[in-house]
Amino acid sequence: MFAYIVRRALYAIPVLIGVNLITFLLFFVVNTPDDIARMQLGAKRVTPEAIDTWKATHGYDRPYFHNAEESGLAAFTDTLFFQKSVKVMAFDFGRSDGGRSIAADIQARMGPSLALAIPTLLVGMAVNITFGLLLVFFRSTAIDWGGVVLCVVLMSISPLFYIIAGQFVAGKLMNLVPISGYAGGWDMAKFLVLPVVIGVVSGIGSGTRWYRTIFMEEYGKDYVRTARAKGMGDLRILFVHVLKNGMIPILTGVVVLLPLLFMGSLIMESFFGIPGLGSYTIEAIQNQDFAIVRAMVFLGSVLYIVGLLLTDISYTLFDPRIRL
Amino acid sequence: MPCATCVRTPSARRGALWALLWLAIVLGAGCERPWNSPYPDAERASDTLYRAFTEPPRHLDPARSYATDEVEFTGQIYEPPLQYHYLKRPYQLEPLAATRLPEPQYLDADGDPLPADTPPEDVATSVYTIEIEPGVRYQPHPAFARGPDGAPRYRDLSPADLEGIASPADFTHQASRTLRASDYVHQIKRLASPEVNSPILGVMSEHIVGLADFAERLRAARDKLAPGEHLDLTRHDFEGARAVDDRHFEIRVNGVYPQLRYWLAMPFFAPMPPEAIAFYNQDALAAKNIGIDTFPVGTGPYMLTENNPNRRMVLETNPNFHGERYPSEGAPGDREAGLLEDAGRALPFIDRVVFSLEKESIPYWNKFLQGYYDSSGISSDAFGEAIRIDADGDPHLTETMAERGMRLATTVLPAIYYLGFNMNDEVVGGDDDARKLRQAISIAIDYESYVAIFLNGRGLVAQDPLPPGLFGAREGEAGTNPVVYDWVDGERRRKSIEVARELLAEAGYPGGTNEETGRPLLLNLDTPASGPEFKSQMDWMRQQFDKLGIQLVVRATTWSRFQQKTADGNVQLFFGSGWMGDYPDPENFLFLLYGPNSAAENNGQNIANYQNDTFDRLFRRMRDMDNGPKRRQLIDHMIDIVQRDAPWVWGMYPRQYGLYQSWLANTKPNAMANNTIKYLDIDPAARADKRLAWNRPVLWPLAAGAGGLLVLLLPGVWIHRRREHRAVRRTAR
Repeated sequence: MFAYIVRRALYAIPVLIGVNLITFLLFFVVNTPDDIARMQLGAKRVTPEAIDTWKATHGYDRPYFHNAEESGLAAFTDTLFFQKSVKVMAFDFGRSDGGRSIAADIQARMGPSLALAIPTLLVGMAVNITFGLLLVFFRSTAIDWGGVVLCVVLMSISPLFYIIAGQFVAGKLMNLVPISGYAGGWDMAKFLVLPVVIGVVSGIGSGTRWYRTIFMEEYGKDYVRTARAKGMGDLRILFVHVLKNGMIPILTGVVVLLPLLFMGSLIMESFFGIPGLGSYTIEAIQNQDFAIVRAMVFLGSVLYIVGLLLTDISYTLFDPRIRL
Repeated sequence: MPCATCVRTPSARRGALWALLWLAIVLGAGCERPWNSPYPDAERASDTLYRAFTEPPRHLDPARSYATDEVEFTGQIYEPPLQYHYLKRPYQLEPLAATRLPEPQYLDADGDPLPADTPPEDVATSVYTIEIEPGVRYQPHPAFARGPDGAPRYRDLSPADLEGIASPADFTHQASRTLRASDYVHQIKRLASPEVNSPILGVMSEHIVGLADFAERLRAARDKLAPGEHLDLTRHDFEGARAVDDRHFEIRVNGVYPQLRYWLAMPFFAPMPPEAIAFYNQDALAAKNIGIDTFPVGTGPYMLTENNPNRRMVLETNPNFHGERYPSEGAPGDREAGLLEDAGRALPFIDRVVFSLEKESIPYWNKFLQGYYDSSGISSDAFGEAIRIDADGDPHLTETMAERGMRLATTVLPAIYYLGFNMNDEVVGGDDDARKLRQAISIAIDYESYVAIFLNGRGLVAQDPLPPGLFGAREGEAGTNPVVYDWVDGERRRKSIEVARELLAEAGYPGGTNEETGRPLLLNLDTPASGPEFKSQMDWMRQQFDKLGIQLVVRATTWSRFQQKTADGNVQLFFGSGWMGDYPDPENFLFLLYGPNSAAENNGQNIANYQNDTFDRLFRRMRDMDNGPKRRQLIDHMIDIVQRDAPWVWGMYPRQYGLYQSWLANTKPNAMANNTIKYLDIDPAARADKRLAWNRPVLWPLAAGAGGLLVLLLPGVWIHRRREHRAVRRTAR
């Protein structure tokens, strides 16, 4: 397995270089260094001299890929792409175009993102699995049919609606929890209840349908028929045997998501004022802050690769027939 | 042996549990604190002002911060020499850190003094000598802390030294020192520093003697520094600013520049102690986002104790604040409005200010309604809920808002948003025919309906570049743009579209068709695409041009690209531009049309690239004059010229609506002052009572929901039981 992990890690290097290159190209197709400078310098009284000074200070005065004024290797290393990419590959994210330390910001924002994402994932899984099993339990009845229709309805509603309706009902009409905000320590619980509930509810439709499909497939297998023949109750068959066997695709599907939890939720964090990494990325895109966008895309790619690796490893743990 | 009555059946135990649950809920509902409060319980009755900010501030360095949302913080922390009187209107300057308003000493080319009434053209240099108040001290800060040897205590810090340090307040040793005149000079030097890149270097280089050369010298000096080294501005001097002694410094400007006094009321000219810059120029601190851009060091009434731009910013009173009194004079009506009740009381009144980040307008508004913010603006979404417009078009609070004791204050901002023509464009620029084309478009674009549809009436349709309240701004018939309006029965009436069509025909485009080529007139409008209303706004704009038969092509772009295009003169028509006044002087708006200030030719702020020799000549005279009848006459003439030339469709002056809770006192909008929190007062007990009354938990929907769930379970139970019994019957058979 160690050799496999090393091999996958080596495969990741060209992938990450490619991601860096594509991010760079896409960003600078839309924005020029002058645009970035203008964005940082504000709207009033910006002079070309101020733009030039800003670009020189932040290293945006170099050519993109080839520096004709340099010779040899320096013609390629003294360029915007190389200078901005090499350090990122070494996880040295440096400073944002606004001047803040990106590593410090990521460190500060990771906690709130995880505080929201982990309970949403765990509670969501528990609820969706339960509902999925119940639909299988009531298979071929009006409850199953109605449940699937309800799932489709829930899936069809925009996540934004859940957020606004949730804030309106729980926060404004019923006055149960703060509408938005965040705090450290135990105080965070009261701020996270509503977004977690909304995150769970908004995911019930798709999650329940997915789990229902998995469990329905399991339910048709021979061991279930054997268990029934031995007189085992439906509830016990579902919640013990079917659940256990159905967990293999579920867990492997979830493991790939785990690293991405760090990246946060864009809309949820924005509406609930949670200072996580999701809002960090979206703000960076809005502010044309290439340093942050590049760092976050790179980090997302690394985490995704790690997620895929963990998935492969988890196969071996859940299914002894698989060897890496 | 237990008695018979003590033995609990399972059903009795369940009943007891339910009773306990309901008791907890009922007790919870009746408790003395709201469940939905976003603030800790300990703050419930504290003397804290709660506000929101919608965008994290990028710069809190006073040499760099220029945006309104940044100055809201720096204004409370830093003390420039002057400030605006909180209550008086029109806006008046008064001393803040200075002992009095500075008067310039005029010098001739040889450096000899000239009398105060010397004509501006004869003045070579003006010297402003500013005396600062004695005994003013900085907030406690580790930058001032010194070791036993007298050397700065916190230098050459390593990451290990900063374990557990998240802000300057976390350092063990805090100290202060007296404000010196040299700190102001240091800040003026910072405006030229390439390490700072101040946005006002360009404009100040035109006026402060030697600043442009000084910037060049600093750039050269920085190039010689080793990596990681920083410029030490105490080792570099220039003739434009110098400290005379600890309490006096002077600024020298080229010729005359009366507007310098307004700049002296902005944080750009606040004092900056060199110790603070030396302290913050340490890599280990920068790696933790601790710097002058994040933790200001000032002498003002407040200091920033928490800076988490992603969540909240906290200001607390500066224990070393030198003291200031609430004004005892105001504008007419202020006494009746209760704005002078605190006259003479020591400032600031509020101990702590908590700014929370609210990016979305809906949660922001709802939390204001719940009493968790003490003041709020009004978004378009909430306008109908908060404001009703009476038959005369005047805004009033809705009954719901009035019942809650909220107060509404509106003020027209010293700002203008307009649609501009690129005067260098061969179709819309130039004189004669092009002027008629511009005039026709000015009549056709019905800005009254724009303000009503897209801004809920929150704007005054502009007649010229000068917003109301500025010296030279005219009202009534005299203030009516005769190109676009007629004055009929004591009110403005927009000229009919027929007049616009006639002008268009005279311009060579009858019915919107070029009479020479026979092709329809097609114009390109550049605009930054922003906000959900963008598409409908552009549809509306096309309709306005349709009235004249002109085809409009909208070229939407990003904000920074839009700026680049206007700066390069690479536009025909542009929409979305505006100007928020830096200071309440007509020069600060009329310079937007001053020829030498053209964006395309001279990288200036005149992005219409308008050029009129008479206007430019009058501008130069007006710029250097003090307010008076002569200046007013010049301004009238200048406005007549630009109204006729119509380089802009004048657009509108935005009207700001502010809502204040009943417990917040001394609120008066002041569009110029940025340090107004010190004047506000709150009644925390009244706020706590109202919050409790407005936020009682409503629990019956939870019980109803639980009951509904139980009811939903019943069919499941029924189906399950039926299925089980059927299985038994099958087995029995």
